[in-house]
Amino acid sequence: MEVYGIPFNSRLMLGTSLYPSPQIMCDAIRASGADVVTVSLRRESGASREGQDFWKLIQELNVKVLPNTAGCHSAREAITTAQMAREVFGTPWIKLEVIGEADTLQPDVFGLVEAAEELSNQGFQVFPYTTDDLVVAERLLEVGCEVLMPWGAPIGSGLGLNNRFALKAMRAHFPDVPLVIDAGIGRPSHATEAMELGYDAVLLNTAVAKAGDPVLMAKAIATALEAGRMAYEADPMEPRDMAEPSTPVLGKAFF
Amino acid sequence: MQVIVNGQVRDCHAADLAALLNELDYGGTVVATALNGDFVAETARAETPVQAGDRVEILAPMKGG
Repeated sequence: MEVYGIPFNSRLMLGTSLYPSPQIMCDAIRASGADVVTVSLRRESGASREGQDFWKLIQELNVKVLPNTAGCHSAREAITTAQMAREVFGTPWIKLEVIGEADTLQPDVFGLVEAAEELSNQGFQVFPYTTDDLVVAERLLEVGCEVLMPWGAPIGSGLGLNNRFALKAMRAHFPDVPLVIDAGIGRPSHATEAMELGYDAVLLNTAVAKAGDPVLMAKAIATALEAGRMAYEADPMEPRDMAEPSTPVLGKAFF
Repeated sequence: MQVIVNGQVRDCHAADLAALLNELDYGGTVVATALNGDFVAETARAETPVQAGDRVEILAPMKGG
């Protein structure tokens, strides 16, 4: 997969939040094989060095970082956060989140398109966290996005791919655009399903971080992604309603 | 004068944003700044005056999903 001209060595982008400890986070990232991790910006007091320690840890992992605008509820907030992230993390990449609804953390797609356009004009390479709406997707591409990241299910829910039909339609509608399932993946089987649909990658956090053994789950997800992608490339059979004998009927003995 | 730093009222004497960061012990840290909702680049902090009642955001890298 290539996004904004940069090759990705893994089909997994992994979040850095919610782990039992910084060491387990580092071990899980290494075990996952992910070469992109998501990070954020938060308030820090002068005396506290928590953010500085975290950033040092991430830098030691030798991975690419994708800063997010998590928690932003307006285009303006997201734009300012993105500008701050570009300076701190030294990357034009931004995982653009403009949240429109508190219970589901559903994107505000109007604010999302507005912010994506402004940020693209400012030279950012925008990774938009969006819904599976094709019209919104079209607008995001028109304003400069070169990748789309539809949700599978609400952030942190672990429900998997809630609208398989819409996600399948999105893949068919944009055959040449890198598509990433962002949010909702809870289990390796969900990741496999995303790959079998032809998606290019998944972005997840909670599924690994909140597993009983995050490091083992990171490996499980990576393996599941590999299997799903291979299955997609192998062109799976079409399902059918009725039985079809696999053993040849011709030559069967009659008694 | 009083300014609002990361949502908290703080007393300070700094005349510009760069001086404010030093006064609040952010020297040498990796942070990004915004003044009244607008991003202020590191290179512009010394020329950005801070006035009473200003809202300053000072953000650092943090874990995220």
